[in-house]
Amino acid sequence: MDATADSAPAATTAGDKTPNRRRRRPLWASTLGVVGELLITAGVLVLLLVVYELYITGIYTRAEQHKLKKQIEATFTPPPAVPSTGIPPVETEPAVGQPVAIMYAKALGDTWKWAVVEGVDADQLAKGPGHYPKTAMPGGVGNFVVSGHRTTHGAPFFHADSFKPGDAIVVETAQAWYVYKVTSSSVVSPHQVSVILPVPDQPGVDPTQKLITLTTCNPRYSASQRMIIHGELSETDPKTGPAPVALTTGVA
Amino acid sequence: MYAWLWRRLPGPTSVRLAIMVVLLLAVVALLLFVIYPQIDPSLPWNHVNVPNPNDSSPNA
Repeated sequence: MDATADSAPAATTAGDKTPNRRRRRPLWASTLGVVGELLITAGVLVLLLVVYELYITGIYTRAEQHKLKKQIEATFTPPPAVPSTGIPPVETEPAVGQPVAIMYAKALGDTWKWAVVEGVDADQLAKGPGHYPKTAMPGGVGNFVVSGHRTTHGAPFFHADSFKPGDAIVVETAQAWYVYKVTSSSVVSPHQVSVILPVPDQPGVDPTQKLITLTTCNPRYSASQRMIIHGELSETDPKTGPAPVALTTGVA
Repeated sequence: MYAWLWRRLPGPTSVRLAIMVVLLLAVVALLLFVIYPQIDPSLPWNHVNVPNPNDSSPNA
């Protein structure tokens, strides 16, 4: 309403004086207009960033997961000719960026299956959950630590809060199936490095147990805290035999 | 700003519209494939791990 009231007489006066010239707005008005356009543009850029983070990053991750799964599953067949003699197999740590294992967790979704990649820098985490270099390998004595994105890059650990004690985390390598049983989950500060020690929260203590620890950010869409899932190895099965029942039941 | 750009573009309305769409797509592509991937690692919600006590790389 104000706009019509203001512009109507202005248009008349401008029309009277210079009929063929385009009416010029005062400098302050056009400056304000540019500022407004810049602000709207900034808003659109931020919205586009949100779309990129939530959806576009997942496209890259899905493609990388496909490659990693293909690469590691190629080593799964044929199964090792020598049947397991009961001696626990020893996994060797691959180079950064190479697949470590396939991880299954029914608690995170019925079809939840991710290739774990070696390394926890942004480059590796963009490809999938990452294994902390120098922490234990699957089935090893110590702490097998895996970090993953909660909300972006395919969000492997989106439902990390669904883990309950007793849930199974199944890890498959060329040598064996490892079934870990979730023992606890907690929310800690981002600086609490003790959760990924060989014996969590006990610096300097030599490990005797075979543990798993998952870390992700918490709450969703934030990173003010970390969500930590601890578990312990409950079963090791040779690849020559059937897959562990925990794979289908989701319970260790 | 955009009105100024519109006036600077040559040709009839349909040509100007086409140029604007191409420019828009170019900007979106630059953002999605170059700029956003570069700033992505430093965004707070992508910090999922705790600093590794086993090495000194600041990856938190």
